[in-house]
Amino acid sequence: MLLSRVADALYWMTRYLERAEHTARLVDVAVDLRLGRSSDAATQVYGLVLPAGVLPTSVSLTEVAFFDDANPNSVTACIVAARENARQVRDEISSEMWEQLNALFLRLRHMRDDPARASRTNDAARAVIEGAHLFAGVTDATMGHGEGWHYLQAGRFLERAVATARLLDAFFSDESGPVPMPPLDRADWVALLRSCAALEGYCRQYTADVRPERVTEFLLLNAECPRSIRFAATRVEGALTALARYSGRAIGARAERLAGRLRAVLDYAQVDEVLGEGPHAYLSELARQCAQIHGALYQSYVSYAVESALPA
Amino acid sequence: MAPTNLSSHLRLVSAGEPLTARGIGQGPSFAAYELDNAYDEMFQAAGRSRPQYDALLQELGSVSLDELRRRQTDADRAFLARGITFTVYGDEQGTERIFPFDLLPRIVTAREWETLERGLTQRITAINLFLKDVYHEGRILAEGIVPRELVYSCRHYRREMRGVRVHRDAYVSVAGTDLVRLENGRFVVLEDNLRVPSGVSYMLANREMTKRIFPGLFNRYNVRPIAHYGHALLATLRALAPSSCQDPAIVVLTPGVGNSAYFEHAFLAREMGVPLVEGRDLLVHDSYVYMRTTSGLRRVDVIYRRVDDDFLDPLAFRSDSHLGVAGLLNAYRAGHVSLGNAIGTGVADDKALYAYVPAIIRFYLSEEPVLENVDTYLLGNAADRQYALDNLERLVVKAVGESGGYGMLIGPHSTAAEREEFRARILAEPRNFIAQPTLALSRAACFVDQGIEPRHVDLRPYVLFGERVTVVPGGLTRVALRKGSLVVNSSQGGGSKDTWVLLE
Repeated sequence: MLLSRVADALYWMTRYLERAEHTARLVDVAVDLRLGRSSDAATQVYGLVLPAGVLPTSVSLTEVAFFDDANPNSVTACIVAARENARQVRDEISSEMWEQLNALFLRLRHMRDDPARASRTNDAARAVIEGAHLFAGVTDATMGHGEGWHYLQAGRFLERAVATARLLDAFFSDESGPVPMPPLDRADWVALLRSCAALEGYCRQYTADVRPERVTEFLLLNAECPRSIRFAATRVEGALTALARYSGRAIGARAERLAGRLRAVLDYAQVDEVLGEGPHAYLSELARQCAQIHGALYQSYVSYAVESALPA
Repeated sequence: MAPTNLSSHLRLVSAGEPLTARGIGQGPSFAAYELDNAYDEMFQAAGRSRPQYDALLQELGSVSLDELRRRQTDADRAFLARGITFTVYGDEQGTERIFPFDLLPRIVTAREWETLERGLTQRITAINLFLKDVYHEGRILAEGIVPRELVYSCRHYRREMRGVRVHRDAYVSVAGTDLVRLENGRFVVLEDNLRVPSGVSYMLANREMTKRIFPGLFNRYNVRPIAHYGHALLATLRALAPSSCQDPAIVVLTPGVGNSAYFEHAFLAREMGVPLVEGRDLLVHDSYVYMRTTSGLRRVDVIYRRVDDDFLDPLAFRSDSHLGVAGLLNAYRAGHVSLGNAIGTGVADDKALYAYVPAIIRFYLSEEPVLENVDTYLLGNAADRQYALDNLERLVVKAVGESGGYGMLIGPHSTAAEREEFRARILAEPRNFIAQPTLALSRAACFVDQGIEPRHVDLRPYVLFGERVTVVPGGLTRVALRKGSLVVNSSQGGGSKDTWVLLE
């Protein structure tokens, strides 16, 4: 039994942290992402982490995508939001978790106040990635793997599924849209894999022969790569199944069923069919299903109508 | 009483006379340690320490100044890393600050503590009898021991509590009583905090810290443990539960992360293993309180509320409150939920009513108070008012309903303009003010930049009233870290140190 507000804060704590890590990873590979030297392609990919109208440059990536607290999606804003959520639930998480997140926050404040921060953006990005890894490790090692822990998992992996889907989507253009297929080269696909910490895993599976359809298959459907959409969906389903067990099937059935459907779709998908039918539509559908799972989780556990829950 | 006389300085250590004989030499300097007429916790006279401090002094003699500085830095860092912080209102920058921590423990002997414990137990017992009386038959008012108008004009008197039965008559279940020590070494009560006293988490955190800083020393002393506070608080709250309740659901109600004591609320909830809730987590249906959980609504039986009366129930009190629970007062009056502390306890910690506590103790218990009060002038009385207005530069003036060191004038440290402002405020609302002599609070040895110097301190022990009275042996020793300052409140630049109550 958890307070709904606590479940909400736990869920968003890891969601924000995952979002910060994801953006940090993209900023970290910016120097490698040549995007066929096409500014349109760069705008499309970095449009995921920059506000509309801001062009991707090393300055905007440092100042806007990373350190701008006023940009709600910046790395620092996400870390602040994760920490604020953690502050809400300090009695639920372990002291070690709080200390780890607080240390990351203080370290980033320090880095932000460094006048030479522009030349150290990669250090800052690594600090965030490392901090997020440490937080995940500390969480697994010090917090009971009970109901609250499953909310942390749900937030982390739902965010990851959505973020990877959007990122992959940015590498394909919408045929019907105005943007032409970006002239991407091998280096761009390598950078994409690297931003998902998936280059080594990919090479082990397919050798260093990097091809778009294989990268797509790996990041979309691989069962073992921890940042693939299928892997994330499997974890989301695991978390929601556990949550339904804690709260009773009557409450959690819908969220569990939606998560199970997403996982099953990915279990049986074929990459040639996905590419044949249009990756854009396919990935948009995945993002829509993730949003649906989020909505169901909220309706079941957090923002349910009081009237439906009163004793008879 | 005369104002603090700061002119009769007595050099503790004159130049060329280091205390090497006591093993003090390599350690931090006591050169600036000057005794004055305030009671010194560590020294009874120049060069003569009180026996309970001997081992601490020896330890200090074996630690270099640099080493002490390093430990201070480590401690400050640890507080920041653990987020043991408080919020200063009206300060955009410092939304979170650590409560400055002094390394050196303040030591209370077993004999001193025995008196304090007896006095605090007596005091809370009498105060609870008083609260029951004023909200029921009002004998003490009928007999004229406490003036009726004083009670009814108190801002914290709650008419809504008239005739409401409070389980076990435990109105005040958690009290934090501020004690100070006078020149003669006697502890007296400066004020009672009977609404939502805070600071107990710092008492516990300070202890963890001194154990890390002086592990060997801590073991050499026979210090009574305080770590069971959370458990004792839980037992007290259980005792408050409505009697029909076998396994009561207990929660801590916090105003939220923006509150200055939020860290403490979370800390206590975790220590007790109960949910930390905000007003928006709770709702009242059919005079029962429920919390909104991931498994639907759950009944709540006992609320340890850290929200002031005013904000507790927007239907009963301030309607603009977003921190409370609509309908809570009704559920409370129906006896379906218990509150710690009860609503309306503030009438007993009104600073004007404070002057009557010794009479209250005599009236209900037929005993003499173990702990004395500080002389208090009630400015609602014409004679007292005239005396206070004539002597503003020697007195401390306090607003009766305030806490946290706000709304206070310290005469000897005030400017003429501040005194004029207070004069006008007193004349406008005399009932709202009291005056007390400026006390020479006792001073304890503190580690400052260059060495060891004395600073004024007070002591806030925490008293629990449930099935029985429990006074956890210790308390928060607050320190006025600015040299010469008499204000120890955290909101006014004070710090704190660990308090060791010895077993023998």
